[in-house]
Amino acid sequence: MRYDTVIIGAGLSGLAAGIRLAHFNRRVCLLERHTTIGGLNSFYRLRGRTHDVGLHAVTNYNPKGSKSGPLPRILRQLRFSWDDFGFSPQLSSKISFPGVTLRFSNDPGLLESEIALRFPGEIEGFRRLVKFVEDQPWGTAFPSSMTARSTLAEYLSDPLLIEMLLYPVLFYGSASPHDVELTQFLILFRSIYRDGFARPYDGVRRILSVLVKRFRHLGGEVRLRSGVQAIESRSGKAVAVVLDDGTRIEADTILSSAGSVETARLCEAGVTGDVANGDSTAIPSQVPGELTFFESIAMLDRPPAELGIPETTMFYCGTPRFRYQNPDEPCNVDSGVICSPNNFAYEQPLPESTLRLTVMANNRFWFERPSEEDYQEQKRIWRERIFAAALSHIPDFRPHIVDIDTFSPRTIRKYTGHHNGCVYGSPHKQWDGTTHLSNLFLCGTDQGMLGIVGAMFSGISMANKHVLGGQG
Amino acid sequence: MQPEEIRQVLLDILARIVPDEDLSTLRDDVAFREQIELDSMDFLDIVMELRKQYRVQIPEEDYPNLATMGGAVTYLVPLMKDVKAPA
Ligand SMILES: Cc1cc2nc3c(=O)[nH]c(=O)nc-3n(C[C@H](O)[C@H](O)[C@H](O)COP(=O)(O)OP(=O)(O)OC[C@H]3O[C@@H](n4cnc5c(N)ncnc54)[C@H](O)[C@@H]3O)c2cc1C
Repeated sequence: MRYDTVIIGAGLSGLAAGIRLAHFNRRVCLLERHTTIGGLNSFYRLRGRTHDVGLHAVTNYNPKGSKSGPLPRILRQLRFSWDDFGFSPQLSSKISFPGVTLRFSNDPGLLESEIALRFPGEIEGFRRLVKFVEDQPWGTAFPSSMTARSTLAEYLSDPLLIEMLLYPVLFYGSASPHDVELTQFLILFRSIYRDGFARPYDGVRRILSVLVKRFRHLGGEVRLRSGVQAIESRSGKAVAVVLDDGTRIEADTILSSAGSVETARLCEAGVTGDVANGDSTAIPSQVPGELTFFESIAMLDRPPAELGIPETTMFYCGTPRFRYQNPDEPCNVDSGVICSPNNFAYEQPLPESTLRLTVMANNRFWFERPSEEDYQEQKRIWRERIFAAALSHIPDFRPHIVDIDTFSPRTIRKYTGHHNGCVYGSPHKQWDGTTHLSNLFLCGTDQGMLGIVGAMFSGISMANKHVLGGQG
Repeated sequence: MQPEEIRQVLLDILARIVPDEDLSTLRDDVAFREQIELDSMDFLDIVMELRKQYRVQIPEEDYPNLATMGGAVTYLVPLMKDVKAPA
């Protein structure tokens, strides 16, 4: 079997890349190990209800008619119209630290006025920071020595304000602990504070079904239950992928959204053939990420707003300094994100009421449970601790829970194959997408763009740059 | 194809790339980029759509010829003279 391009992974980056290529008449096949599409942002049925895997909010949202920014560019590149994804904007969100709260929404003026009110001495610095962020063309790359913290310190002096502004930025996209490279900070800062949040009424299902329908309509092929176990190479070039069942598929180009460490392993697995052919292309070692999350999805008997939780998202921290890191304990109960799919400006209310609580988790603890019973028991214990700690920030919602599901780093690893159960991948991004093989490229999380909009953008730009290349 | 037909082909391509723009007032002598929001990715798409739909190959060094509608039509007339207009 042979294709022009094979894409490993039918997540958001793979689907978007696939549409681009199929639109320009390439023979393209998406290979997905799981039984369904979506990857880190899929959905599942449990006890009669549909849950989104990861969706809190689509970041990087711009309202209909906006011309610049990643979302309008994605729509143009994929030939979608504004209404295809059915986005509804957020209501409002907040960052809650001991003694101080900052509210923000899709109107950047709200955050600005909140800072003017709570940190009057910092407002000029904040305005200069915003100007600096906006003056950088989208996707500007800075040396990796320049980070968010070093940049924030040039504009702001109150450490609490720096912590508060940085927390959502790291939580929604940093692959490295405590701090993030400036290049990525700029993207994330805009995606949260300048653009904003939205959600389709039907959640991520809507986005995925629009994408996969279009891909198939253009003649693209999706193969589920088709994990790639090896990438075969010869003389510095990838020649084929081998599926878990042994099927061999040849391709001129391969795009992989599996992650950089994961993709390097697939190459290692395919190396036997190389040695036989006298090829010595070394596979550079990759830096694995280690940050991951534990999330509980609580179904409630009434909308969260009726219980006094009207925010779309709420980033809470019980200490003046947050710890964005792989925690020593199984879960970091002091801080996290509380969000609700109900709290968006829909035309009609959602039929179900849901609250999601997400905290950072220690992947090893969750991988190394001795038995299934112990794993389930630990999930229950830690969920209860997280809920109890969250009550310093929200009213007690526990009596209203009608059903609950919890996922851990183990769940993320199981369903997406990401090393360490990492959500934001390796701290070392490969912005140009290249690998040690001349026709194998990364897309998605480890190329550098993440989130729903970011992953789609990544797939599109890697397809353009490395496959369509302006001349194909 | 006649110049007017080529102009229509370009308008149809633009309408698919930037469906939310009003193209009815587009001027032929002013750069596209000054009238509608077109970044370099979108610009490349005009070239790629021409290749996909009409098999017209445009080398990269000729891209500046496509900056305005007038320039693009003039440039494309010899390349598309034997191409049939879309039904
Ligand atoms: C808990 C959680 C909450 C999140 N919340 C949000 C949010 O609120 N807003 C937002 O914008 N983003 C959110 N994200 C992030 C967003 O989901 C991801 O950044 C994005 O989906 C990444 O897409 P991707 O295509 O890069 O990778 P993935 O979605 O991971 O796609 C990779 C795919 O490759 C497949 N694969 C891996 N290895 C192989 C192999 N060897 N063979 C075949 N297939 C393989 C995997 O199964 C997977 O489907 C969240 C993620 C999680 C986990």
